[in-house]
Amino acid sequence: MPQINQLAENWFFASQLFWLALIFGAVFVVIGLGMYPKIEATVDARDRKIADDLAAAKAAHASADGLEEQYRQQSDLSRAAAQKAVQDAKDKAARDAEKRLAKVDAELAEKMTAAEADVAAARGSAMAEIESVAAEAASELVAKLSGVKVAAADAKQAVKAVLHG
Amino acid sequence: MSAEAGKFDPMHQFTVEPIAKLFAVEGREVWLTTSAVWMAAAAVILWLFMLGGMKRQLVPGRWQMAVEGFTGFVSSMMSTNIGPEGRKYTPYVFSLFMFILFCNVLGMVPFALAGLHPLTVTSHFTITGILAILSFAIVLVVGFWRHGLHFFSLFVPHGTPWPMIPFIAPIEFVSFMVRPFSLGLRLFVAMTAGHVLLEVFANFIVQSSGAGVAIGLPVGIASLALMIGISALELLVAGIQAYVFALLTSLYINDAVNLH
Repeated sequence: MPQINQLAENWFFASQLFWLALIFGAVFVVIGLGMYPKIEATVDARDRKIADDLAAAKAAHASADGLEEQYRQQSDLSRAAAQKAVQDAKDKAARDAEKRLAKVDAELAEKMTAAEADVAAARGSAMAEIESVAAEAASELVAKLSGVKVAAADAKQAVKAVLHG
Repeated sequence: MSAEAGKFDPMHQFTVEPIAKLFAVEGREVWLTTSAVWMAAAAVILWLFMLGGMKRQLVPGRWQMAVEGFTGFVSSMMSTNIGPEGRKYTPYVFSLFMFILFCNVLGMVPFALAGLHPLTVTSHFTITGILAILSFAIVLVVGFWRHGLHFFSLFVPHGTPWPMIPFIAPIEFVSFMVRPFSLGLRLFVAMTAGHVLLEVFANFIVQSSGAGVAIGLPVGIASLALMIGISALELLVAGIQAYVFALLTSLYINDAVNLH
């Protein structure tokens, strides 16, 4: 086994120790102490950046959710307000129409009553005229036929009795 | 592969070849060796690999993703085993894991690079042992630094009845002291055994070519099929052993940081 046999040689162990110390020392200093921390720092920085970005994304998501909720509430509110405005306008229009209708009704009724009164009055005066004319005619007829003069009041009474049955 | 013609030696691949003498300290010579070259190659490839992950983009490309996969793997292992305080030790465990992984995988390269046959550096207990002792030393230093002499309470598991302490404590002590050996030997043995196995089966294929069609062809094909499977298995072992070394180191550091 050369690993053991060569130990007897003067240079073997000294050379192995010297070169291992030199080369492994260089590896430790250059790679272990020089390069390794930088690579580790890069990885750490990346991990931190990813964590930060994820946190930011989560926050943005939450704020977007909030905004959406707010928007929905707002749109609900404005929709309700719009519906209310429409309802109010409808109600108001209906009330106005009713009021106007009532007014027109009242006017028409008034006109009707006035017209009815006129008609009644006209009928009354016409009746009176007819009575007086009939009485006159009756008294003239009586006078012509029998020569008896009938008092105007009697003639009127007789005519009234006939007319009103 | 066998150095001496005709003689097959599956252990030869582990031989460290000296290339050039550099200097000597107190009579001990230090040479540039094939082991040093392969360690340096692993370190340079590891550095290039890591360089691809240094673009530091917010949205990573494939290469950066791969590098961050490794760092994330080790850092999550540390935070699961030790907790938030584990981050302090992650650079060490990450260097350890990546260095062992790249040495293991580079040792699997099936061809020679620039005339150098691949040497699995981690198949030498002189390397794995030193790494294990380094991890163990860190555990000791951290343990005594944070807890002082209270660190010895590690040898008395929580809730041990008083009469049992004289028996439990020595067992715990021995199991604690065995850690660097088991840590170093596990990697060394796994890598050595795997490469011996690869060498033996590869040799079967070579040998079967001289045994005629009747015997050589079925043996060669069967060996090749096994070789493919074992190569895949060895790639798996290369990853797993690096992981086990790093995992156990993190568990031992956890003992030192949090006691029981």
